[in-house]
Amino acid sequence: MHSLVFIKQVPDAAQVRVDYETGTLIREGVPAIINPFDTHAIEAAVQIKDKFGGSVSVLCMGPPMADEALKKALAMGADNVFLLSDRVFAGSDTLATSYALWAGAQKVIQEVGPVDIFWAGKQAIDGDTAQTGPGIATRFDVPLVTYAVEIKEVDPQARKIKIVRLLEGGTETVEVPMPCLITTEETLNHIRFAPLPYLIKAARTPVVLLNSSNTTIDASQCGLKNSPTKVKKAFTPPKRERGEMIEGSLDEIVNTVYAKIEPMLKQLGKV
Amino acid sequence: MRKKDFDVVIVGAGPAGLAAGYVLAKAKVNVAIIERGTFPGSKNVMGGIFYRKALDDLMPDFYKEAPLERHIIEQKLWLISEDSVFSTGIRSEKFNKEPYNCFSVFRAKFDKWFAQKVQEAGALIINETVVKDPIVENGKVVGVRTDRPDGDLYCDCVIAADGVNSFLAKSLGLREKITPNKVAIAVKEIIGLPENVINDRFGVSNDSEGVTIEITGPYFEGMETMAFIYTNKNSVSIGVGTIIEDIIEHKVNPNDLIEKFKTHPSIAPLIAGGETKEYLAHMIPEGGYYAVPKLYTDGFMVTGDAAMLVNSVHREGSNLAIESGKLAARTYLEAREKGDFSAKSLSAYQTKMEESFVLKDLKMYRNLPHLLEEKRYLLTKYPQLIIDSMYNIYNVDGVSKPDKIKAIKERLKKDFGYWNLAKDMFTLWRKLG
Amino acid sequence: MIKQDITQYKNVWVFIEHNEGKIERVSLELLSKGAELAKDLGCEVCAFTVGDKVEQFAKEVGEYGAKKFYIIENPVLKEYRTEPWRDAIVYLIDKYKPEVALIGATTLGRDLAGTVATKLSAGLTADTTALDIDPSNKNLLMTRPTFGGNLMATIFCPDNRPQMSTVRPGVFKAVKNPTKPEIIKEKYDITEDKIVKKIIEKVQTGEEKVNLSFYEVIVAGGKGMGKKENLKLLEDLANVLGGTWAVSRKVVQAGWAPQSRQVGQTGQTVHPKIYIAAGISGAVQHVAGMKSSDIIIAINTDPEAPIFEVATYGIVGDCLQVLPKMTEMFKQKLVK
Repeated sequence: MHSLVFIKQVPDAAQVRVDYETGTLIREGVPAIINPFDTHAIEAAVQIKDKFGGSVSVLCMGPPMADEALKKALAMGADNVFLLSDRVFAGSDTLATSYALWAGAQKVIQEVGPVDIFWAGKQAIDGDTAQTGPGIATRFDVPLVTYAVEIKEVDPQARKIKIVRLLEGGTETVEVPMPCLITTEETLNHIRFAPLPYLIKAARTPVVLLNSSNTTIDASQCGLKNSPTKVKKAFTPPKRERGEMIEGSLDEIVNTVYAKIEPMLKQLGKV
Repeated sequence: MRKKDFDVVIVGAGPAGLAAGYVLAKAKVNVAIIERGTFPGSKNVMGGIFYRKALDDLMPDFYKEAPLERHIIEQKLWLISEDSVFSTGIRSEKFNKEPYNCFSVFRAKFDKWFAQKVQEAGALIINETVVKDPIVENGKVVGVRTDRPDGDLYCDCVIAADGVNSFLAKSLGLREKITPNKVAIAVKEIIGLPENVINDRFGVSNDSEGVTIEITGPYFEGMETMAFIYTNKNSVSIGVGTIIEDIIEHKVNPNDLIEKFKTHPSIAPLIAGGETKEYLAHMIPEGGYYAVPKLYTDGFMVTGDAAMLVNSVHREGSNLAIESGKLAARTYLEAREKGDFSAKSLSAYQTKMEESFVLKDLKMYRNLPHLLEEKRYLLTKYPQLIIDSMYNIYNVDGVSKPDKIKAIKERLKKDFGYWNLAKDMFTLWRKLG
Repeated sequence: MIKQDITQYKNVWVFIEHNEGKIERVSLELLSKGAELAKDLGCEVCAFTVGDKVEQFAKEVGEYGAKKFYIIENPVLKEYRTEPWRDAIVYLIDKYKPEVALIGATTLGRDLAGTVATKLSAGLTADTTALDIDPSNKNLLMTRPTFGGNLMATIFCPDNRPQMSTVRPGVFKAVKNPTKPEIIKEKYDITEDKIVKKIIEKVQTGEEKVNLSFYEVIVAGGKGMGKKENLKLLEDLANVLGGTWAVSRKVVQAGWAPQSRQVGQTGQTVHPKIYIAAGISGAVQHVAGMKSSDIIIAINTDPEAPIFEVATYGIVGDCLQVLPKMTEMFKQKLVK
């Protein structure tokens, strides 16, 4: 079984702050991490490898520094990692990104072999679009299974896989033939504390660099210029000011709070 | 035969571990460096001044490509009281010429770069892994046990570079428990300021020239404290380091110390308008020469902060660490020739260290920590005297200069007594000379 | 990028999401918003969907202003499956060329939109919270939060049609505006043997689907609630206030409550009139999902908890004492 996981390096959202004066994000000093949803995709792929054999490849598109994310993927148990990095990708929207990743994946397939399962996190915590995974599945013309919470059954002989996916208010179990593309929820698995031999292997494995010249990527489908959507403006939402602390005895506090919200409750017709 | 994963396992990717790793990798030794942080440098903290020489010997002209902040052209020493500063120091155009003397650096960036070089040389760096124990067989260190599954690593020799709290050196009985009088806690803030503001406030002409100020004096109320301000490209590092024993005795909080320090009338204008970007705290070994443990045992050597190698008088640490890592690595190479990693064989490391500037420098100041512990007033009374005397001499108030000198002499006599003064001067001369 | 003749594209289309014979509320919200956009563009708002028996929805989409209703009916499309639904929808869009296509940013909508847009090589903006027409060139301006709500971005799509967007539920109001829609029924041939994805089973997770964004009052609890049983205190107060209860991510991870109740970056984004955060520390991920609430009341034992940074009113105290007291007192006041 050969899994190919698409990952993204993102700034740790918990540490991103807003500069309200300039209306921009302060990214300086914010550590870059693997998109948390993607780590579960890597873990799922490694678990399949542990059970059925095969290998895990990981492909990441991003700036040269994103090789750190791939090093981390190796330490989690990935076998081959590829960094797709080229100025021509700068400013790509999700359509152009899914194209570049699809085209970059062709190179991975050429080097490592055909893929049985493609994986991606359900969405990235910086862009929050949840569009790139479905886009790649569409380009490969393989069945898409989003929001996976359980890999129920893998049948390598029949080349079928059963996956439980999240719906609003429930779940559904679907069966798809391989190859397919699965996007993962956080609850799909627990990230294991990787054994030391994985880390040693990771330290010995190089990150393979891919760009527009060593792949068949058509630059006229990438980058800001060739992305249908453009950013007109970016701005920070108005800052919420720290409010009033209510003090006193328990009775006093609750009475004061009531007095404060009474106008709103009236407006809502609750009083 | 037992498996051997690596020739050498180095614990800790700070300057000592990286220097050792670099020397070994260059000599084609199969070496792994185990680092607990997410990357080398992520957990490493120091004041922020890095001396060129020790690393330049290993990597000539490294400073031309390493991520450094400013090269230091002026080093000042301030004695401060509540309302005054007595300033001294050295500024020289000689410091403004390549290959430079020292630099301000950010460890997170610098160590990461250094680690990259060490990896390129062929060492393996394994992050996010904590070494729990040395593996000892027949009284000999033969490897380390990490916190990871399948986490044992076997090797010829372990080099501990695991910092001031060195668990390895302690568990092998080389180091005693650190006592609060032998270690300082330093808290440091990085305060962001525009480049040109820093240039103006510190009197340098561009963003590659930098200034350091070391600060002590009666302002710190008799605690053995060294504060500092260093200029980075677009920030200044400001910190206060105090012997832990004094922190405990004076019932103060290190955070309060730095907060108060930042409001001092001579410090506040230097950082005015800046925004705190980072807040760091670190322990610094201050025990000096006598706190340095035996540096080796069977299959094991200890380097850097783990061996308490800090020259607090000159706030040098990273260069001592690099030198010790380098010498430990060279000792290993010699031992490998003989195929002997016993304590006897590795004792050559101790000899090399004694012969190097590292232990020679520490030896020179060997009695100072004890002296300062005994005579805390050396940190308050004399600086206060200097500050007051300078103030009086410079303050034009109608009193004649001879009368002023007379007043100072009288104070000396009253506060110290000539005999005690002579004794203190003699002791200082003996201990430092 | 393929150059399109964008002048051929006309009208605002709204995808009608349906499940078990019922239309999702967000689809009706989008019909109302779509009608406003259509007015600015000088065109019509139309509904479209695929499924087994979908013509029955014509009456309801008409009530909310759809002028036309484009549908494909086929028994194999009865239940949502990405690929056949996508192919049928791409067929409709290719044939009728809407200039705008809006889809609710639900689980289904976000699964569907990405694949439809890729097939069409269309620009797609995810999870939009504001839609406007640029008066100068009639482009659709789609504003959306990124970086967990720390940054807003306005996206447009100048050279490609349709301009697609998934839109967050609960942002726009569904307003009745009755019309009698013209039904345009297309035939789309597909048989079960051509569909590789099979649905084995569907499970409702016990409680009915919670759409937190419907509620004007939300009482939310965090790890400070102590244990699962204490979540009842949230429900009690929510009942008194006529709202609903919710939880933070940590509570879901502890297994005390289902994910459908989670507010935050990986859960639902809400903006009620009153949000009570009990025992929630206020991690960025949580705050991103609730900071646009009108009034935020935070209760936490830790006076330094970041939740107080966004709270309108802060109470330093134990939520296990404050909540029951609120329930008791509010009950008296609100019964009157």
